[in-house]
Amino acid sequence: MADPMKIRVTLQGDVADVRVLMAHPMETGQRKDAAGKLVPMHFIQTITAQLNGKTVFSAEISQAVARNPVFAFKVKGAKAGDKLSITWQDNAGDKRTDEVVIRAAS
Amino acid sequence: MQHTRRSVIKAGGAAALLAAFGGVLLKPGRALAAWNKSAFEAKSAVDAMRALGMANAEESKAIEIRAPEIAENGAVVPIDITSSIPGTTSISVFIEKNPFPYTGTFDFSQGSLPYVHVRVKIGESSPVRVVATAGGKHYTAVKEVKVTIGGCGG
Repeated sequence: MADPMKIRVTLQGDVADVRVLMAHPMETGQRKDAAGKLVPMHFIQTITAQLNGKTVFSAEISQAVARNPVFAFKVKGAKAGDKLSITWQDNAGDKRTDEVVIRAAS
Repeated sequence: MQHTRRSVIKAGGAAALLAAFGGVLLKPGRALAAWNKSAFEAKSAVDAMRALGMANAEESKAIEIRAPEIAENGAVVPIDITSSIPGTTSISVFIEKNPFPYTGTFDFSQGSLPYVHVRVKIGESSPVRVVATAGGKHYTAVKEVKVTIGGCGG
């Protein structure tokens, strides 16, 4: 199981500014290890973000996204107490979901 | 991770083979059904756009791409994309000179704002093409990013 994501949500009015960091090697299949062997491709393929169970943002990505991917997006109609969950799945079938409760702007 | 250009090209060929077989061996799960394999494996941005049905995208000034003019480290290039086209439902990114240009598509629903920040790998100086989809139509904009791989700063 992969490391947890770091999710930060900042409320600006009813817009939630979401930043997420995923721990993932994002191997392109083009890099060689110390022994000169190609490191096989290993990368996140799909990402889904849900606000209170409704999908608000999703992505399909390739190995060209940088290692330990960071994404930011803006969800409208969010308020304090809402639940935001983010799921990724990689090409090896690994997946991980993390959830945060949105807090009021301080 | 220093590559000469030649070794990168060779590695690219090997990766393509690997991808061809890997796709069969890995048995993608249900959620991966949406992952557009033919677009992701296209070797040119034009082919990838065709595979996604975006080949007829028209140029638009309403897509803002914020990326560094010169990226010191091609392994992590931050890009901010905002579309001000009304009704934008998705944003796709193509890095034209990468071995596999199609980098991804970001979909917005339930009124999410058409904005995304993503950090990408860019193998060599390349135009970064963005396609925004709104109401079934495609709009495109491009920004050139220069990469100095392994650069020590300016």
